[in-house]
Parts: sequence; C-alpha cells; structure tokens
Amino acid sequence: MNLLALIASLLPALGAAVTAAGGRDLRHVKFWSTAPVGAALLLTLLVAIDHGSGGASVHTYSIGTAGAFHVEIGTRVTGLSAIIAVLVAGVAICVQVFSTTYLGGEPRYPSYAALISLFTAAMLTVVYSADLVVLLVGWEIMGACSYFLIGHYWEKPEARPASIKAFLMTKAGDVPFLFGIIALGVQAHSFQINAVLAATGQDRLHHPAWIAFLLLCGVLGKSAQFPLHSWLPDAMAGPTPISALIHAATMVAAGIYVVALLYPVFALCQAVLIVMAIIAAITMTGAALCAFAQTDIKKILAYSTVSQLAYMLGGLAVGGRSQAIYLLLVHGAFKALLFLAAGVVIHRVGSNELSAMGGLRYRMPVAYTTMTIGLLALAGIPPFSGFFGKEAVLGAAYNATGEFAAPGRIVLIFGLITAGLTAAYSLRLWLGVFHGPFPDAPHEHEATVEAPQPELIPLILLAVPAALLGIVVLFGSGFSNYLGGWYGEAGAAGADLWPGGLTTLLSLLFVLGFGGLVFLAWRRDEGADPARALLGPVRPALVNGFYFDRLIDAAVVRPTRAAARLVGFLDANVIDAYVRGSGTGARGLGTVLRRLQTGSVQFYLTCLFLGVVIMAAVYAYVGTVS
Amino acid sequence: MHAVYPLVLGALLFAIGLYGVLARRNAIAVLMAIELLLNAVTLNLVSFSAILRDRYGMGQIFTLFIITIAAAETGLGLAIVLLVYRQRATADLGEQRALAEPVEPVTADELSPRNVEAEVAR
Repeated sequence: MNLLALIASLLPALGAAVTAAGGRDLRHVKFWSTAPVGAALLLTLLVAIDHGSGGASVHTYSIGTAGAFHVEIGTRVTGLSAIIAVLVAGVAICVQVFSTTYLGGEPRYPSYAALISLFTAAMLTVVYSADLVVLLVGWEIMGACSYFLIGHYWEKPEARPASIKAFLMTKAGDVPFLFGIIALGVQAHSFQINAVLAATGQDRLHHPAWIAFLLLCGVLGKSAQFPLHSWLPDAMAGPTPISALIHAATMVAAGIYVVALLYPVFALCQAVLIVMAIIAAITMTGAALCAFAQTDIKKILAYSTVSQLAYMLGGLAVGGRSQAIYLLLVHGAFKALLFLAAGVVIHRVGSNELSAMGGLRYRMPVAYTTMTIGLLALAGIPPFSGFFGKEAVLGAAYNATGEFAAPGRIVLIFGLITAGLTAAYSLRLWLGVFHGPFPDAPHEHEATVEAPQPELIPLILLAVPAALLGIVVLFGSGFSNYLGGWYGEAGAAGADLWPGGLTTLLSLLFVLGFGGLVFLAWRRDEGADPARALLGPVRPALVNGFYFDRLIDAAVVRPTRAAARLVGFLDANVIDAYVRGSGTGARGLGTVLRRLQTGSVQFYLTCLFLGVVIMAAVYAYVGTVS
Repeated sequence: MHAVYPLVLGALLFAIGLYGVLARRNAIAVLMAIELLLNAVTLNLVSFSAILRDRYGMGQIFTLFIITIAAAETGLGLAIVLLVYRQRATADLGEQRALAEPVEPVTADELSPRNVEAEVAR
C-alpha cells in the first residue's frame, strides 16, 4: 500500500517530465498530462480503500545520516492522507482534462500542463510524506509552481505582479514555517512525522506554543488567511483551471492539511487556538463581505475560497479536526466545480465581469445546472454537501468544551454571520450570471455549442460529489474513525458529523435572511447589481478588499522601497566613495611620483647618490649607536 | 709613503668626477668625468692592495680589468654621444628628456559617482 502511495506521488512528476520533454505535439501533451494523473487517481483510490481505518502505515527507506539525524524517506498513509490524496488526484485529473480543450490551443499549453502535473505531484508528496523535510520540499515546489502558473499569461500586465505577490506572500509565511519545522525536528530528535507526534504526545516539546505559531505563519501564507490573504484574489490573473486546482485541492488545502496533520502541536496551547479562531473569524467574515461586493466572478469565487478556508481553520481551532477535513473535502469538490464552470462561462461571454453576463440559463444548460449545484453547496442549502460541511464545523464550535470553548464561541458567532453572507454572495452570483436580462453587448460565440465535451464532462463528474458527499454524515462518526486519531492512531473515538439542531436552525435562518434580502434587492431591478443597493457607500472599500493592499503598501512596500533607496544611496555614495577614493588616491600618489620622472639622467643619478649617502649615514649612525 | 696621500687623492678625484657626472651638461665632459670616477676607484684599489700587503695583488688585477673595461665603455659611450649628436644636433644632456613621464592632473569629475556609472555603462 505504501508502495502504491509512493508510485501515486511519483507518477504525475513523471508525467510532468515527459509532457515538458515532448515539445509542441498536442496529442503527446494531452496524453501525458492526463494519463499519469488519472493513474495516480486510481492508485490513491486503491490506497484509500486498502487503508480501511487502520492507523498510520509508514514505510521508509534509509538513505544515511546527516549530522545527528538519521534520514529516512518514505510514505506515511493515514486515513487523513489517503482521503486528501483522493481529493487532490480527483480534482487534478478534472483540471487536466478540462484544460485539454480550454487551453489546448494556446502556445504555452505544454509547459502549463507539465506544471499542473508537477503541482499535483508536489501536493501528493506533501500528503503522503513520512517526514517533515520531504513535506517541506513538496510545499516549496507548490510555491514555485503556483508562481509560474499564476504568471502563465505573463504578457498581461496584472499577471506578473500577481505571481510575484503570491510568491512573496506565501514565502513570508514559509520562512517562519521552516523554523517551526526545524524546531519540531530538533526537539523530537527526528523529522519523522510519527516520531514528532509521539514526542508531542509525551510532552517533550519545550515551547509548543512558539512552534505552533511559527507553523501557523506558513499555514496562513499557503491557505491565504488574514493577514497573508491578499495574494489569492490577485492570483485570478492566471488561467481559470489553475484557480480550480489551487483553490480546491492543492496549495491552499495544504495549509489546512498540515494543521490537521500536526494537530496535537497546535492543540497543546489555548493561546494558539484562540489566535487561530480570531484569524479565522476576521478572514471568514471579511472575505465573505469582499466576495459580496466583487464584480469579477473569479474574484467572487476567490474571496469565497478565502472565507471557506477560514471556516476550516475555525473548525480546527475549536477541536473539530474531522469536521474541518470534511469541509475541506466537500469544498474541494464544489469549488473546483464552480471554478471550472466559471471558466466555461467566461470563455463563452469573453469577460470576467458580472455586468457582461446575465440570462445565460437557457444558453448554457450544463454550466447552469452544475454551477447551481455548486452554488447551492457553497451557500449551505440542504441536502447538498456544503450544508453538511458547514454544519459540522458550526456544530463542533457549538459543542466545544474545555480549552476549545473560548475559540468555539468566536467561531460560532462569526461562522453564523458568514453562513448568511455566503448565501448572499452565492445568490448574487447565480442571479447575476444566469438570470435577469441579457446585457446590451452581444456575446462572442452566439451560435456555437456551449463548450467542448472535455470541458463539460469534468463539470458533471464534479457535480456528483458536490451534491452527494453529504451522504457521509449518515455514517455518523464513520468518517472521523476513517481519518484516525490526532496521533494517526486507529480506533480513536471519532466525532459525529450529523448537524446539530440549534446551530442548523440558526444558520438556516441566517441563510434565508441574507439570501432573501439579496433576492428582494434583485427583484426591484433585475438588471442591476444587488450589491450596489445593499452595500451603499461601503461598497468601494469592499471591492478593494478593505484597502488591505494599500495598508500593505504603506506598512511593508514603501518602507522596503525606502530602505532599498537608502541602501542604494549608501552603496553609491559611501561604500563606493572608498573604492573611488582608493583609486583616486593611488593616481594622485602616482602623479607625485610621475613629476619625479623628469627624463634627466643626471637628476636620477643625483637622487641615487643622495640615497646612497643617506643610507650610508644612517648605517654609520646606527653602527655608532649600537 | 703615508697611506693617506693616495686615498685623499682618490677621494678628490672621485669628488671631481661626481661633480662632472651630476652637473656638467656636455655629454663628452660627462664621459670624461666617468673616467675620473673609474680612475679614482682604481687608485683606491691599488693603494689598498699595497696597504694591506695583498699577496695575490688582487687590487692590481682589478685595476687592469677596469682599465680595459673603461676603454671599451668610453668607446661605446662616445659612439652613443655621436649618434645622439647626429640625430638631435646637440650633445647637451639637459635636453635629452625622452624618458620623461607626461603628467596629467586628476580632475574632480573622476570623484563623482555619476561619472563612474557612465563608465560602467560604457
């Protein structure tokens, strides 16, 4: 089973290499970008079925020692990693198939497809890795791949800064993350995840809160949480399928996955949990408000991802590890679906703007149906999967006891508000794209079919789990048992995912209230944006993400630029002055000596003679003194 | 004979020769002054050889060598002077300045950073 997992994480990397080596032959690229990822999906499914609910299965290969550490590389399969791997491979194959026609005609498609495969391989490495160093390698490869993929359209002026921003912001979190991992490994005397978890369980860590905070920085960067969230909306400059991959299965999911993986480290200290809950509360509400105001449909979905990830982080802050992972799973399904469907709509309409859309219900039946399912799931309407995911987290917050009680209250209050806001922006997106009147501008492809088959089939395939993953709750604590305990052990008492009565009632009230408000605003003028009427004067602030970028500009960018200018000034005028001074000084001295070179032989001889006389005098003087 | 006579004579001859080499402008006169220097040295060698009662007469042998070399050197020197005179129509040593270094002053421009950047760009 571990061998299968190893092959599953290596196959997409192989696919990436072969895809990149194959040049521009389209059939070659299409085959080698999809087949290895598809095979990896089969393998991850086999691993997940084979794993059952039996603890952590580790298999490592020793590759020698490095200093005080014995280095072993290998795979570690738990219920958690098995199920996340299925999500990763499943979304990746959908994205690859979707891309064959969506980007198949573009000149840089081969490199794009290779990078997606590499991205998938990196995420599977993170998921299956048996030790933290290999996990970090996969983590960093993902960072590099996201940089390249977000900057795929580098000829677009907004794509270049977006990719650099994504790289820098995630890297700002990755540096503390690296130190956190080093601290964990040094204190546990091993980088093996099992050993680290065992050391945590035996209370052998010296400063677990500091380690948890360091690791949390990396998670905030990768999972786009406040205050490192603003790269994700900007990352929409990349191709749409990339957004589906980054937002649903890889990259942002990696942050949540690492918290769940090293959960005991985070749960040791209540301060960490409260900080996580506060960050989650700020992010989920703020991002949901921003999503409501956006006019670019991809940005709506991007802020929605930020908000939903905060939900998961909130779930983790209140001790709801299984609930958060369940939400991650269903969110992966419906968010991939939503992005791919949005991609179809954007290609058809030729614009990202909500104002250019409307009334597409009958023209794009497949996109309409699947996106409706996705949005119903996102909004948390029963019986779609998102409803159960959200209720599981809210239930965990409501039932949190002991050290989880204080974060539980924070998450519960903001979670309920966010549930309403989520429904509001989902409804606004749905109405704006598919209902209401056509915009005045004619659509680009009036007569053609909705989209090619390879784009529609992934939509339909993703709509199935987006609609039906709620079945999982029928098994009660079965899902939690499958995931395994905090330390990767089997048979831990798992949490029940069945939605609780009171929180369900409250959140449905919020959903109906906010949704109804949006619907009423929309009914008054079907062509207008309900956000304009409802938000009024605060709308510009929300469209610009609370001007958070300006804050970063003032707090980070401008001081950095000023420091760079200062360094440049010091370099040009202080350090270089010494360099130039030495050169000029040498030349000045040389000029003095040049003046002695008169060309008169007799002058030279006189100098020589004087020198000899002086030397003789000195010699004689020294001789008499001593 | 007291040893001081030949030595003082040698010193006087050397001083005259030195003056001639360092101060005279005429190349022929300088050559003659060099001869004086050489002869002052040979006088010293001979006198020390006698004073120290050198069994092998090394001073005399050296003197013979120096006389030979001085003859050759004077011939060579005269040839050079002749060539210089033919080329430049003068044998005045004060005007033979072909070996002088031209001196160009350091300007303030070389100290400014902009100039350095311009040089780098070039």
